[in-house]
Amino acid sequence: MKTLEDISKIREQKRKELELRVNTKLDTREKHILVCHGTGCTSSKSVEILENFKKIIKEKNIENVRVIKTGCFGLCAKGPIVIIRPEDTFYAMVTPDDCEEIIQTHIIEGNKVERLLCKDIDGTKVNSLDELNFYKKQKRIALKNCGVINPEDIDEYIAFDGYVALEKVLKNMTQDEVIEEIKNSGLRGRGGAGFPTGLKWESTKNVESDQKYVVCNADEGDPGAFMDRSILEGDPHCVIEAMAIAGYAIGADKGYIYVRAEYPIAVKRFQIAIDQAKEYGILGENIFGTQFSFDIEIRLGAGAFVCGEETALLESIEGRRGHPRVKPPYPAVSGLWGKPTLINNVETYANITKIIINGADWYNKIGTEKSKGTKVFALGGNVNNIGLVEVPMGTTLREIVFDIGGGIPNNREFKAAQTGGPSGGCIPKEHLDTPIDYESLKEIGSMMGSGGLIVMDDTKCMVSIAKFYLDFTVSESCGKCTPCRIGTKRMHEILERMCNGEGTEADIYKLEKLALNVRESSVCGLGQSAPNPVLSTLKYFREEYKEHVTFKQCRSKECKNLTQIEIEADLCKGCGLCQRNCPVNAIEGEGREVRTINQEKCIKCGTCLTKCPFKAIK
Amino acid sequence: MKINMSESKKGNCSDKMIQGFMKEIFETYLPVKDNLIQILNEVQDKFGYIPEIAQQEISKFLNVPMAEIYGVITFYSRFTLEPKGKYTISVCLGTACYVKGSQKILDRLKERLKIEPGQTTEDGMFSIDQTRCVGACGLAPVFTVNDEVYGKATVKKLDEVLDELLK
Repeated sequence: MKTLEDISKIREQKRKELELRVNTKLDTREKHILVCHGTGCTSSKSVEILENFKKIIKEKNIENVRVIKTGCFGLCAKGPIVIIRPEDTFYAMVTPDDCEEIIQTHIIEGNKVERLLCKDIDGTKVNSLDELNFYKKQKRIALKNCGVINPEDIDEYIAFDGYVALEKVLKNMTQDEVIEEIKNSGLRGRGGAGFPTGLKWESTKNVESDQKYVVCNADEGDPGAFMDRSILEGDPHCVIEAMAIAGYAIGADKGYIYVRAEYPIAVKRFQIAIDQAKEYGILGENIFGTQFSFDIEIRLGAGAFVCGEETALLESIEGRRGHPRVKPPYPAVSGLWGKPTLINNVETYANITKIIINGADWYNKIGTEKSKGTKVFALGGNVNNIGLVEVPMGTTLREIVFDIGGGIPNNREFKAAQTGGPSGGCIPKEHLDTPIDYESLKEIGSMMGSGGLIVMDDTKCMVSIAKFYLDFTVSESCGKCTPCRIGTKRMHEILERMCNGEGTEADIYKLEKLALNVRESSVCGLGQSAPNPVLSTLKYFREEYKEHVTFKQCRSKECKNLTQIEIEADLCKGCGLCQRNCPVNAIEGEGREVRTINQEKCIKCGTCLTKCPFKAIK
Repeated sequence: MKINMSESKKGNCSDKMIQGFMKEIFETYLPVKDNLIQILNEVQDKFGYIPEIAQQEISKFLNVPMAEIYGVITFYSRFTLEPKGKYTISVCLGTACYVKGSQKILDRLKERLKIEPGQTTEDGMFSIDQTRCVGACGLAPVFTVNDEVYGKATVKKLDEVLDELLK
């Protein structure tokens, strides 16, 4: 148990100690070696790297050097990442064997290890984080502490204004003042739908009840999105603090966080954070000596995408199948066990403390007219800088993909960007200059979603992509309502026919009509948004659908049954090996002549491809 | 190769042992229905599947009918009713991995092991799973063998890992 004075003292003392983490000019003999411990880097041995550093430092008896595990730095493609502060040297793709050299050359001799320095897309070596184009256009609010602090040490969180917002709220603000501040900030739900957060808080507060709940939705189901996980792994206390603030504002004393069981590191760190907060008296009875009490419990999901839908999530917390409830009543009126419940997404909570500390006006100035603040995107797919980026609302897709993301690898062309996962749509290159906010994305047939942003190059077949997403929704549909359960299945069947070369022109019409029906008549967000990938690809890439059904062709050669095997005349030497091996005698030509394939006879078995000694068959 | 194995994968577990484990975890939970998924998660982690005897114990403890427990188990993809093989190979089919060609890796795996996702080989050595995002999108495409993550995967890498495990 700590008093407010104790916490202030920790803050002051720790802040001095950690100044070198944020001040690159600081004149100090101390060095902090930060090793990324996000899921990406952990999968490529960052735990071993940390252990190695510690071992070497101990063996060599080096003073004034500390090794710290941190959350995600964002640039996952370059992992495992090691950063040395205060000078901010960025080492990329470090292996456990490199530790010795980094200690010897960098720490002892004071020189940089040139071969490990991170390179920008154009090949230039960068000395520090800020020089990278990847970071230049970013603005970090929700991810402020990720990669700066040790997520398993509450003192480090306290050092960087941790629990200042909670203290301010409990000591100096009324419930209505807190809600007013959030409303004025213009913050909207980061889970996808974009409902104004302040209004949600207000309506939950206004319902009379003996018991209310605060819930954090960390069931990040969109495959390819990992911002919520990174926040929980890199800065768990900011979510705890925000949930406590929300509890105070709406009059709840109990919180639940619903996390995917597939995120073991996030769950472990969040539990550590809860335990530490309890030990300090920041969670529990009479927080900071006030009348306010608050406690948080973790609930694990078990692999169901639909549980990201708020009412399905509540069902799951109550121990049932995750079937969405019919709304209204909204959770604000009747949520967990029939009590008023406030549900917000992880990233939404991660913005709260900063708004309370810096004020609504500060937040309000960032972003576009209707969408304030920043948004974190998980940039993935065919893009150079795969990773986590946080940009102000209104940044264009082009800036994200080309300036921050570094463009498309292997000199390929940009074809489409997919936002919003299985609920979103594909955005073609005509719309690259659309400023990203909730409204503009909706207008062009996609949606913000939770923040997955997958870039696709010209080798991707858009019909297959639509089929891929439908495959996902078919297996994740909970089965409660007919349009979603059967409609998505039928849509998937049509797409499968098209990809197999059995589609007809009428199928395109049927698919579109069915998609519109499913969108209009499904019970929950999953079904209502499931047709988006189909509708958006039909809108922007209709000619590809037509090619699939009319000419039985797939221009990206992804659909096996639609690709043609051809012999390149320049490379063919006329040896006839393909002809002798063809099981259906589809190859024509005599003697030393260049061979050709009779497409009507060809069954695309691929035998000729493997037999040709000159690689003339493609 | 260091790969962790859950309890059941090390050998068959007797009903008695399962009941013993159930008794142990029931001590940490109140007998209220909302704990069902939490308890199932623990059983799944421990045994690699949810044995029928465990379901019966849970049914008694929480006073929830077996049918409802079965309903919950089959709803959530993480829970399984059959024991998994010694090595579970999961190929990530999240969008980031799919775009980078993880389907080819899954196809190759099916071809080599001659089973479909969700099935286990007859000798009990391998199971195939398809997962949706393990969160290592920076390393896409990704497959995992039990808990070990293999990033920037290729068909060749998969073959090497399989050859190693088959030795």
